[in-house]
Amino acid sequence: MSTQDKPYSAARMNDAMLSSMQPPTIRWFLLAFILGAIVAVGLYAFTVQLTTGMVVTGINRPVMWGLYIISFVFWVGLSHSGTMVSAILRLSQASWRRPILRGAEAMTVFSIAVAGLFPLIHLGRNWIFYYLIPYPSQYGLWPNFRSPLLFDMVAINTYIIGSGIFLYIGMLPDLAVVRDRSSGFRKQIYSLLALGWRGTAEQWRVFSRGSTLLACLIIPVAVSVHSIVAWDFAVTLVPGWHSTIFAPYFVIGAITSGVAAVITLMIVIRKVFKLEEFLLPLHFDNMSKLLLAVCLLWSYFYFAEVFTTWYGHKPIEWEWFSYMHDHYGIALFIMILGNTIVPIIGLCFRSVRRSMPALLVITLLVNVAMFIERFLIVVPSLSHKNIPFAWGSYTPSWVELAIALAAFALFFLLYTLFAKFFPILAVTDVREQEEALIGQQRLGRTQVETLVNEE
Amino acid sequence: MKTEESGIRWGMVIDLDRCTGCGACVTACQVENNIPLTDRQGFAEGRNLQWLRIERYWEGEFPHVRARFLPMLCQHCDDAPCEPVCPVYASYHTAEGLNGQVYNRCVGTRYCANNCPYAVRVFNFSEPSWPQPLEQQLSPDVTVRSRGVMEKCSFCIQRIRRGKEAAKLEDRKVRDGEVHPACAQTCPPGAMVFGDLNDPDSLVSRMARSPRRFRLFEDLGTEPSVIYLKGGGHEHPG
Repeated sequence: MSTQDKPYSAARMNDAMLSSMQPPTIRWFLLAFILGAIVAVGLYAFTVQLTTGMVVTGINRPVMWGLYIISFVFWVGLSHSGTMVSAILRLSQASWRRPILRGAEAMTVFSIAVAGLFPLIHLGRNWIFYYLIPYPSQYGLWPNFRSPLLFDMVAINTYIIGSGIFLYIGMLPDLAVVRDRSSGFRKQIYSLLALGWRGTAEQWRVFSRGSTLLACLIIPVAVSVHSIVAWDFAVTLVPGWHSTIFAPYFVIGAITSGVAAVITLMIVIRKVFKLEEFLLPLHFDNMSKLLLAVCLLWSYFYFAEVFTTWYGHKPIEWEWFSYMHDHYGIALFIMILGNTIVPIIGLCFRSVRRSMPALLVITLLVNVAMFIERFLIVVPSLSHKNIPFAWGSYTPSWVELAIALAAFALFFLLYTLFAKFFPILAVTDVREQEEALIGQQRLGRTQVETLVNEE
Repeated sequence: MKTEESGIRWGMVIDLDRCTGCGACVTACQVENNIPLTDRQGFAEGRNLQWLRIERYWEGEFPHVRARFLPMLCQHCDDAPCEPVCPVYASYHTAEGLNGQVYNRCVGTRYCANNCPYAVRVFNFSEPSWPQPLEQQLSPDVTVRSRGVMEKCSFCIQRIRRGKEAAKLEDRKVRDGEVHPACAQTCPPGAMVFGDLNDPDSLVSRMARSPRRFRLFEDLGTEPSVIYLKGGGHEHPG
């Protein structure tokens, strides 16, 4: 982790950090094509569902919600990383956030956009989805504001807009850098996007105030979004869903999967765009500590939820609980392994926190476990509700699987396109930090290596 | 638009000691309400469209077994869990205590079905169809629901409407025993009785005061309008 031997000229740093925006290679086109093809398959599956009906899914009575809602909760969870992590770190002035924040914020925007598709896909009559939107119509009918689904609709839209603004505002100075380095048609577009940013003192003052304010505002939005997703379940009478701990438990679960996904993406971006000199092991170390903390919290919440159910032994709650244990034992084990045992033990070690392959395995495992967790929340509870006569089970159909898979492809496709057309590293933020470091080195007697305390 | 204040609260009493589990009510309901038929596979997949079903439970160990029958239909809860969760007011409460369903409004979130503890809400997974010549006998009083829409027992609201219209023409209130849903009309042992629970002299109210009464999942506080009667321990051993 040597920082001494770098010639810190602004131009060289710009070059290095904007390398992802160089004209696409054959390999990039190939990647985009493969992702696009998977999305197309998902689109075909959706068309089949649209023209035939929900009969092509695995949904039945009593399991009326399936893979679509599971995917929805998963993607909303993933979106919690970025903006929230970035906002918290901005407010706590942790300067090691700088190389991470753009990637994390972009992840938020794209995962919430993907998440927002699922409630529409899962509707029985998708073509009248706009009944959910509060708009004045000649019927004089409004949506039902008491329904958690409407809370959901409002929260998701707020979060998409909020995190979109957060991403865009933070990107303004970098867009100006890109504008200055491009020419022709591209220059015109970036000029428009940069909103006339010239980097004057006044602009910087307004910018820093604005970003701090946005960071303050986005945190309560992020918390409320996943609380509301939790209340979709918790306000019902379904045994196993009706639980007071669901909102905080969901928020922590969301941050767990989000932080893990940010680390995964950091590893990928670092490797693909060769950004080893900007994304340092220290950054991974700090993010891993955050992941460790939220994994501990998640495990505590899960234990608290399960322990009270087990101790209370209320027949109907015990029923879904033992059903889950009997039928989804392996899934339950993978969930505990991926969310509790492996990350908590592994991330205690400094060498693991700084090892890219180990981190890649752990963070992917955390997200596999989080997907399973969502499955175990939705399906077993619905399978064994109050009426024993109507007990059932659920297996997703190929249509649902194709759409769920296409969602992943769509997310990566959007992300790849974003990284190609926008600065994926927060250029000016990083430069500000590195230049501040040089200043420090000149003034001090010793070489300063710490990146944590710049202010 | 003024809400009609008739002071009626529709309800049903089902005497389980009379029910033989014959299934006539199920057939009557199917015919009356234009409910598409479900094949064997549909039943196996849990996609049967039945507004009313007979739940059969076995009690005891062979050879001392006894079948229990529980006709299960929408309980028309006073505090219905399905109503507040619907984002588009497709599930709503009528002034007469019915739990209504507006098919045109339903977008198919299926949230109501998840929140129904009685699992009586059924979903149209595919476009409804009838084998020849059954499509000739559809009732003109009842909408055929399209796919993607949730539906359930309406207490035969079309019959209630007819009864009220007849009463209005003669400028009187609906008489007790004038309106029957298809299931109650058909029930051979007369185990199902329908009427106004707000009228203390109606047959359904008098039966509802029986000491044999109970309602399903009373602890959930849903206040169902369907009251079951069941004798406690006075039967012959199986």
